[in-house]
Amino acid sequence: MSEALVAIEKLNVSYPGATVSAHVLDSVDITIGHGEAVGLVGESGSGKSTVAFALLGLLADDADVSAGRAAFDGRENVFATKEAEALRGTEIAMVFQDPMSALNPLFTIGTQLIDIQRRRFPNERRSQLWARAERVLAEVGMPDAPRRMRAYPHEFSGGMRQRVVIAMALLVEPKLLIADEPTTALDATVEAQVVEALRRLRRRTRSSMLVVSHSMGLIAELCDSVVVMYAGTVVESGPVKAVLRKPLHPYTRALLACEIDPYADFDPEQELATIPGIVPDPARRPSGCIFAARCTESHARCSEPPPHRQVEAGHRFSCWQDASR
Amino acid sequence: MRGAPLRIHLAFKLATALLAVAGSVVILMALTRLIPGDPATVILGSRATPEAVAALNARIGLDRPVGEHVLVFFAHLLSGDLGEDVFNGRPVAGLVAAALPNTVALAFSAMLSAILFGVPLALLSARNPGGKTDRVVAFLSVGFISTPSFVVAVFLLMTFSVTLRWFPVLGAGEAGAVGDQLWHLVLPTAALAVGWIGYIARLLRSSLLEVLGENHIRTLRAYGVSEAKILMKYALKPAILPTIAILAMGFGELLGGAVFVEVIFNRPGLGSLIYDAIRTRNYPVVQGGVFITVLLYVLTNLSADLTQTLLDPRERSRLAAARGT
Ligand SMILES: Nc1ncnc2c1ncn2[C@@H]1O[C@H](COP(=O)(O)OP(=O)(O)O)[C@@H](O)[C@H]1O
Ligand SMILES: [Mg+2]
Repeated sequence: MSEALVAIEKLNVSYPGATVSAHVLDSVDITIGHGEAVGLVGESGSGKSTVAFALLGLLADDADVSAGRAAFDGRENVFATKEAEALRGTEIAMVFQDPMSALNPLFTIGTQLIDIQRRRFPNERRSQLWARAERVLAEVGMPDAPRRMRAYPHEFSGGMRQRVVIAMALLVEPKLLIADEPTTALDATVEAQVVEALRRLRRRTRSSMLVVSHSMGLIAELCDSVVVMYAGTVVESGPVKAVLRKPLHPYTRALLACEIDPYADFDPEQELATIPGIVPDPARRPSGCIFAARCTESHARCSEPPPHRQVEAGHRFSCWQDASR
Repeated sequence: MRGAPLRIHLAFKLATALLAVAGSVVILMALTRLIPGDPATVILGSRATPEAVAALNARIGLDRPVGEHVLVFFAHLLSGDLGEDVFNGRPVAGLVAAALPNTVALAFSAMLSAILFGVPLALLSARNPGGKTDRVVAFLSVGFISTPSFVVAVFLLMTFSVTLRWFPVLGAGEAGAVGDQLWHLVLPTAALAVGWIGYIARLLRSSLLEVLGENHIRTLRAYGVSEAKILMKYALKPAILPTIAILAMGFGELLGGAVFVEVIFNRPGLGSLIYDAIRTRNYPVVQGGVFITVLLYVLTNLSADLTQTLLDPRERSRLAAARGT
């Protein structure tokens, strides 16, 4: 098998603080194969967006980034500023978390869809870029695309804006498409439409995808494999089917218990399960297992760093418990 | 004002503006009465006959109560009559009309140079905040802002007109000779604009930095849109909107500054007209001059408000939608 498109090992990101620095990512490994869709799941604040921004080289200026290995499509060391910059908008494209604020309110959609293509297609004329934008906008399900090109962002609904943002990513035909919480800001019906648009796109293009979400449901719909993150560390990863069928890390199980069944009847009485406790402060990380304080199954051993274990093909987790459970 | 149709919006603004103008005239007339000493005695000297004093007071309108005086002023105003010069009986409207173009030319050229120099300085600073250029510009701007325009005026006059003899010392230039008039405009403009250059540089810089931190700019960066294009196109437009509003409000201050500059450079204009009139207690001229100045100030604010509204597509469609219903 050929090398994966993205191979990141031991990615560390920290922000200098007044007294101690905040360790936001701790030794994160992520591999994305050619044409593979990987989901990145975890509670808010677990560092998912940080991974996505690191890939684009878009972290804040004061971020301290280091990685054991950072390879993209055969090129090494892609976190170096110049390398990351060269990939942006050509080989990696990103759909941002909040479609309401991701577009400039004072310029038409068309203008913005043109300018984001310039880096990718430097030799094309404006009319060619415009035609391509119109076509892709129609492809993601925008009705009356030619006329809508001349509209301003505030004239679109949230779902339509998210389609514009997805169209941006498609326009540059990237090798890797990152979608950061692509449906979080949308209501349920619109969410279903956007998921459908993303799924169609997956079938049509051969690009790899990294889908960031706090919802296991969305990832199950869109992805081949999943990486579960907690407080800046990867606690479990593997094929979506295997992880859903047999979640090995207590955190993954807790996350799954929190999901609402989208097909169940709405019951206002139903209490939504939540994981008790809060994500530890990145500036004060415990030395042992990072989840121990909130884990219902913790024991004395958990004060030591947990081992990395592998069951069947590619299904890994880091925990002191018995893997056979 | 959210959701109000264009016509109501306009009517409201216009009513507020007219109220401000009327109010300022009333206050001015009341103040006139409060200045110690009988104006007629000041004008005619202490040995004037009581008959002469009474006649003069009747001509200025000081023999009647303030309320009546105000009403008479507004009644005359309707027929374009601003009153008469106490000394030579010339209509104040004519005096103001003769002085106005000089002041407007001065204020506009000051505003124009403030924009012409202030905007590039702001762009240079915002390009690399905290960098060397930013620090130098910040130092200069604060210096510019904190030096009063009459100090700058005296300094420029002494250096460039008196010592170096590069520029003419006094006056507004020969009537009809545009080149000569422009030549006479240079130093007064510089004196008046310097503070505003600094002000715009600071104001627009912080406005730019705020916009540059917004999500839509991050979207453009993620697609490798050049920093120059981001700064000059996508950040400048949203950043300059609040600056326009403040500039328009500053126009009043600019007119105030013009008084000093006109007096120092002995330029004919509204400022020196009012200044001379106050010195000689020529009340009708003071009233007429101040009335026109306030009117100018209010109209500028009004047009700035409209410009800002029309530059923002969100406001445009909000108003259009309101008009349709
Ligand atoms: N610029 C920054 N400076 C300091 N801490 C940051 C910065 N950006 C993010 N963080 C911290 O990094 C952690 C992970 O954030 P993020 O990657 O946005 O999480 P997620 O996307 O999973 O919700 C949070 O604790 C957040 O406070
Ligand atoms: Mg996030």
